[in-house]
Amino acid sequence: MFDKNKLEEIRLEKQNWTKNNVEKTISRFPERKESFKTGSNLEVKRLYTPDDIEDLDYNEKLGFPGQYPFTRGVQPTMYRGRLWTMRQYAGFATAEESNKRYKYLLEQGQTGLSVAFDLPTQIGYDSDHPLSEGEVGKVGVAIDSLKDMEILFDGIPLDKVSTSMTINAPASVLLAMYIAVAEKQGVPKGSLRGTIQNDILKEYIARGTYIFPPKASMRLITNIFEYCSKEVPKWNTISISGYHIREAGATAVQEVAFTLADGIAYVEAAIEAGLDVDDFAPRLSFFFNAHNDLLEEVAKFRAARRLWARIMKERFHAKSEKSMMLKFHTQTAGSTLTAQQPDNNIVRVTIQTLAAVLGGTQSLHTNSRDEALALPTEESVRIALRTQQIVAYESGVTETIDPLAGSYYIESLTNKIEEEAMNYIKKIDELGGAIKAIESGYIQKEIQDAAYNYQMEIESGKRIVVGVNKFQIEEEGHKDILRVDPEVERLQREKLKALKEERDNRLVEDVLMKLKEKANTSENLMPYILDAVKAYATLGEICGVLREVFGEYEQSIIL
Amino acid sequence: MDRPIRVLVAKPGLDGHDRGAKVIARALRDAGMEVIYTGLRQTPEQIVQAAIQEDVDVVAMSILSGAHNHLFPKVVNLLREEGVDDVLVIGGGVIPEDDIPKLKEAGIEEIFTPGTSTKDVVEYIKRNVKR
Repeated sequence: MFDKNKLEEIRLEKQNWTKNNVEKTISRFPERKESFKTGSNLEVKRLYTPDDIEDLDYNEKLGFPGQYPFTRGVQPTMYRGRLWTMRQYAGFATAEESNKRYKYLLEQGQTGLSVAFDLPTQIGYDSDHPLSEGEVGKVGVAIDSLKDMEILFDGIPLDKVSTSMTINAPASVLLAMYIAVAEKQGVPKGSLRGTIQNDILKEYIARGTYIFPPKASMRLITNIFEYCSKEVPKWNTISISGYHIREAGATAVQEVAFTLADGIAYVEAAIEAGLDVDDFAPRLSFFFNAHNDLLEEVAKFRAARRLWARIMKERFHAKSEKSMMLKFHTQTAGSTLTAQQPDNNIVRVTIQTLAAVLGGTQSLHTNSRDEALALPTEESVRIALRTQQIVAYESGVTETIDPLAGSYYIESLTNKIEEEAMNYIKKIDELGGAIKAIESGYIQKEIQDAAYNYQMEIESGKRIVVGVNKFQIEEEGHKDILRVDPEVERLQREKLKALKEERDNRLVEDVLMKLKEKANTSENLMPYILDAVKAYATLGEICGVLREVFGEYEQSIIL
Repeated sequence: MDRPIRVLVAKPGLDGHDRGAKVIARALRDAGMEVIYTGLRQTPEQIVQAAIQEDVDVVAMSILSGAHNHLFPKVVNLLREEGVDDVLVIGGGVIPEDDIPKLKEAGIEEIFTPGTSTKDVVEYIKRNVKR
């Protein structure tokens, strides 16, 4: 990108500057630290110059927005055309309560819904299961059957909103419920827009809401890919998630590497199931974390886009450009929020919001300041949403595309993250792919080591967390927090009992038997799950049948 | 002390957040303790079984899902029912301050919230272990 002679001049000048200016200064005023590192411990130099990106071929490595390799963004006009979707992850207690919060958020100018389910729902247990005790309605809304889903979206036109659902192991069941609710509203499934997370591999790695072993899980996932490519073509069938991998302690490089390695495993599984790559790949989407190291995060998003485009083109021979585009949702980093001086978290989230936007995200959830204390209050959620709106409408960073491109540091760091992530992916290939690398505990161990290292850096004072290990104050208790009424569990159980008395139980038995029979074949299970859902079979019953056929995953514990 | 302190690090309930539990487990091990980690999704019964079988001195539980008020006391009660009264039971996670007095009353002897240094946990265990 640079003239050879000019580069030589720059190198010479840099040597002179180091000798004449820097060394002199350092002899009198030493730098703050021996070495400087990014938030993820990549070496940071004092200064970046054209010298650091001398081999950067603009057209090959950066190109133009909306064109391969999409380093600069996936749309030709980015935020000049349309801002990102502001999508706050929400849901708690009952379907009725959550429905109210969704309507509130839509009134406040939120542009898409994002449903949080409680843990029993995420693990395929009904609210009356013994393991559900104490967990019903806690981290999200409790959904036992289509009945709850009808209440959840009551009065929300499903042809107008796009809905993201954080659901993985039982994703097919919740998607079927969504389709069924839409049909009742008179909305055809072909026009539904939204995303299911449906990413089981990161559940094994980091998030923990798995049910079935990998083989059966991958089959359910490819069943969804196939079904949606024909019946629900605007639906994003998976959100391949680095978010939780990062939350578990991974570095930025590991986040990119392990997420794309999971992506590779899904593409391979779908191709193996007989699907054409260009039929399903355009509906793959990603989900990343945004941490505090602003510039490293921006480089991370750009590196991820470029690397995925290359993988899809070179490794999987995709032909459609849409298959090569890495579209992603971002959430700010819950793990960076502190229980100490919680209002400081608003500032952290602002930096993280900037990282996501400067990195070209398609949608964003901003965390609330009080999340290290409890579930967020309505006021905290509003501030979090306002943070996005201020960045969107007041900061100016949305007016030109990929504004940090061409920064010597950003480009150099983008190269570095891409290269190191690729090294990890090669290593995972050698281990036999992501599933093998998870079963052996390799990926989990890498993350745990990074998490431990991070904690030790905080404890030794090498890493400063404001309010935690520096600038502490005496604090009063934080009283204004949201609580889920324990009554919710009892109410939910009562609703479930009533449902089981009201519905046509003969029909339920028939549809469940049919599902069990088909689970033993290689047929696509989606139509049978849809039938079961429409007959008001419960989530626990449907997953129970599948548990009988598929068995359950056993975690590999490595410390 | 003639043998290292034995600790069961446990994840009760359905919560999958185990970063904290694993960091604590490793820090306790690095401090010379013997650590058994249960893995995810343990019922209070399973935790108590493991505590008895492994003959531990400490049960350290972690929950970030909000189910602590239900699950922590259940473990303590089950231990008592089994006649175990010399095991130190502690907990950690996203636990609102208001909940802490009640949890302590129920027999969870200390609660560690986000931002706690692993050194403080190590020190606490060393000072309060009962055998």
